[in-house]
Amino acid sequence: MRGTRSDRTGAALLMAPLLLFLALAYAWPFLGVVKWSFTLPTPGLGQYGALATDSLVQSVFIRTLRIAAIVTIVSVAAAYAITVVWVRGTPAQRLIAEFCILVPFWISVLTRAFGWVALLSNRGLINTWLQSIGFISEPLALVRNEFGVIVGMTHFLIPFAVFPLASSMRSLDDRVLLAARGLGSSRMRTFWSIFVPMTRSGIIGSAMIVFVFSLGFFVTPAILGGGRSVMIAELIYLRIFQSPDWGLGAAISVVLVLFVGALMALLFRYVRPKQLI
Amino acid sequence: MQQPGRAAEIKAIGIGKSFGSFRALDELTLDIGRGEFLTLLGPSGSGKTTFLMILAGFVQPSDGRLFSDGVDITERPAEQRAAGMVFQGYALFPHMSVEANIAFPLRVRKKSATEIKRRVGEMIERVGLKGHEKKLPAQLSGGQQQRVALARALVFEPGVLLLDEPFSALDKSLRGQMQAEMKRLHQETGTTFVFVTHDQSEALALSSRVAIFNHGKLLQVGAPDEVYDRPTNRFVAEFLGEINMLPLKGVRNADNGATGLCEDRAVSLRGNAATVGGNAILAIRPEHMSIAREAAVGENGIAATAIASTYLGAATRLDLTTRKGAKVTVSVPNEVAAAALSKGNSVWLTWPAEKGFLLPDGGQ
Repeated sequence: MRGTRSDRTGAALLMAPLLLFLALAYAWPFLGVVKWSFTLPTPGLGQYGALATDSLVQSVFIRTLRIAAIVTIVSVAAAYAITVVWVRGTPAQRLIAEFCILVPFWISVLTRAFGWVALLSNRGLINTWLQSIGFISEPLALVRNEFGVIVGMTHFLIPFAVFPLASSMRSLDDRVLLAARGLGSSRMRTFWSIFVPMTRSGIIGSAMIVFVFSLGFFVTPAILGGGRSVMIAELIYLRIFQSPDWGLGAAISVVLVLFVGALMALLFRYVRPKQLI
Repeated sequence: MQQPGRAAEIKAIGIGKSFGSFRALDELTLDIGRGEFLTLLGPSGSGKTTFLMILAGFVQPSDGRLFSDGVDITERPAEQRAAGMVFQGYALFPHMSVEANIAFPLRVRKKSATEIKRRVGEMIERVGLKGHEKKLPAQLSGGQQQRVALARALVFEPGVLLLDEPFSALDKSLRGQMQAEMKRLHQETGTTFVFVTHDQSEALALSSRVAIFNHGKLLQVGAPDEVYDRPTNRFVAEFLGEINMLPLKGVRNADNGATGLCEDRAVSLRGNAATVGGNAILAIRPEHMSIAREAAVGENGIAATAIASTYLGAATRLDLTTRKGAKVTVSVPNEVAAAALSKGNSVWLTWPAEKGFLLPDGGQ
């Protein structure tokens, strides 16, 4: 549906405060960061040159991409299962699924990260229990490594992965599924060859959201990685507040923003924004 | 492509379905013959679609049994029934090409690649979709999507094809074309067709038998001319087309029919015995009545005054009132209508004895 001219003027006015806020709080400061990346400590492209050769920065970039990819696959798969129950389950199942999706939003990211430390650490609940039943003799390394980071991030991101999936599942015509079964397809087959492909845009949207969020994670990897599994956001923090090497930190930030921007552009080529809510 | 012997014969015995306290279908007993084209006709909410869904296996009946070729299939899940189904809105797989849509039922049956290719090719040819094999459903017109749906439902040679208002989304000319096409497919495949519609002319034009539903009950089943000319019930009489109803008194059985008094004139009916004693309703279709200057002795006729006319092109619809105030509609040649109206006074309405039939007085 195409709005009239006055509709569009109205919409622009309604969005103006938000756009103004984003411009002042994000775009303007970011321009400052871009400036640092070219001027500190000396003017020029030196910082970007350093990025291309610095093996630490590169290994952190690769680790970040790897963690983000694993977190994306696990989160989307888990969210898919929850969403199927939420959208297509019995009323009781829907209620339980909805509870599981919404409750995490009420607990801060910090609290959740420390919660996972309590569960996963050497003397945490899981290791203590596994030792008490004699399943293991030495505690498993579940935290202060990449595994812990992935667990914490996945847990945080599953609810975000749910919404694009739910949107695509809700718009699906039930008769198409009935048709498949009427034509002789088992429930399993109908799920894999009809239901899943028909929710493709939801899967793409969900994966993109989780992946982009993962790239910028700071608190969770900082706590659950215990300094051993540093991700790109933590590296920027360290460069700016501890080294201090503002120019390099700023250059990493600019590269990260450009990378995320490219991903978003790719996303919107395949998925309409409406399908993400 | 298909041996007519493979068409299914279906027997429904005492089928009922309740949704909570709502009785969607009540005590339905019906035999669907091998290779028959049966139409389930009725207004929305009459139970016709519920019955179709029970036949398909998508809805479990609350009571009764369902047999296919003598085998009880009441509890058999939809995917094991081998009934082809065409949905309202077609329900094509939007992510699959025309070819893949049609191949789907064969793929799930694990047919060999060469067999799938051959049968899909034949089916595409048969429904006239050559050249569209690689297109997605969204790239097709409504009529083409309809053909894909038909092809997909017939390609695995089901014993029965179920069609749920398949033409409701098509415009009128395309509708006629698709109806003819469906009739041809029925003859070629020899499969049993069960077709749901609320359009009575479609039902009469296509079917070998029509089953009329209302309020969850099956009211009458019969060949199109049978249910149209000899409805056993007022709802059926009115639903199948316009009908004039006149009170008839002193109904008595007579030779090969019945007699009675209509507006104080003796009238006779042929071919339907009066199963209702005393008073009844005399029903006559508008196209079976004619306008005359007078009614001869022994001829069926009542006096009436023309009050309005509607020009329909091929004929004129004339509204009249009888002496006792009953409203009657007739369909007559245009010049007859003009003459009747210009006279402005009384004319006679006459009808052949075999064209009138009796309905129970009052209620249904």
